[in-house]
Amino acid sequence: MDIELMSLLMVAAGGAVGGMSRLAVGNGVAKWLGAGFPWGTLAVNLSGAFLMGLLAGAVGLPGPEGPSPGWALLAVGLLGGYTTVSSFSLQTLLLWHQGRTGAALVNVLATLLAGFAALGLGVWLAGGLT
Amino acid sequence: MNIWQHHAAVGLGSALGASLRYLTSLWLLGSTFPWATLLVNILGSWLIAAFAAYASRRLDGRVARWQPFLLAGFCGGFTTFSLFGLETLYLFDQERYWLAPIYVGISVTLWLAGAWHGDRWGRRLALARR
Repeated sequence: MDIELMSLLMVAAGGAVGGMSRLAVGNGVAKWLGAGFPWGTLAVNLSGAFLMGLLAGAVGLPGPEGPSPGWALLAVGLLGGYTTVSSFSLQTLLLWHQGRTGAALVNVLATLLAGFAALGLGVWLAGGLT
Repeated sequence: MNIWQHHAAVGLGSALGASLRYLTSLWLLGSTFPWATLLVNILGSWLIAAFAAYASRRLDGRVARWQPFLLAGFCGGFTTFSLFGLETLYLFDQERYWLAPIYVGISVTLWLAGAWHGDRWGRRLALARR
């Protein structure tokens, strides 16, 4: 099978599982912490960034020849599909529309700062990028 | 729609979104700047806000019925936070220190601008088609 078609199927499979996991984790966290702040999306993006850091630290980044089927499945499909920017943008916009400018700003800063911290922690725990 | 159908719709949409994201990355492969992720995250933010604005004004419409597939599914799987983070880290790792904060700043600004514009567009379309 053509390597790119194989990778595409891997991405689709990972994306399906990642998307369903995002729904389950997001709903669970929202039920737990309440719907007043987008906790679900934040939890998904932070845990996904941490796992992406672990993965990248463990197996290394793909070279210029493109991703392997394993990277396509786990990084591009599963973790790529698990985490999301669209919900983050929509929820930040909704907070802004509700006049909750402070909460919108906190959502942006928490996602970015804690997101990079989680990613860096994952990479560090897995032994660094090389 | 029961919870299993909901998960299936999100999984299917996410598989499709992740696949389209992967194809975009192949199309834009070889650049030193992560254009593909920037593009899909802006487009996905625009699209989710347009869908949400439209669906909330036409509750019996097709977009509202397909909401799990389109929003959490397609837009969720199409966009990615974890790969965005990893690419930022990669820019740092490549010692292109000035490019990483530029990537982050441009990304967040355009994600939110995309959602803002998509929201307006979705509202206008829902009103125009009444």
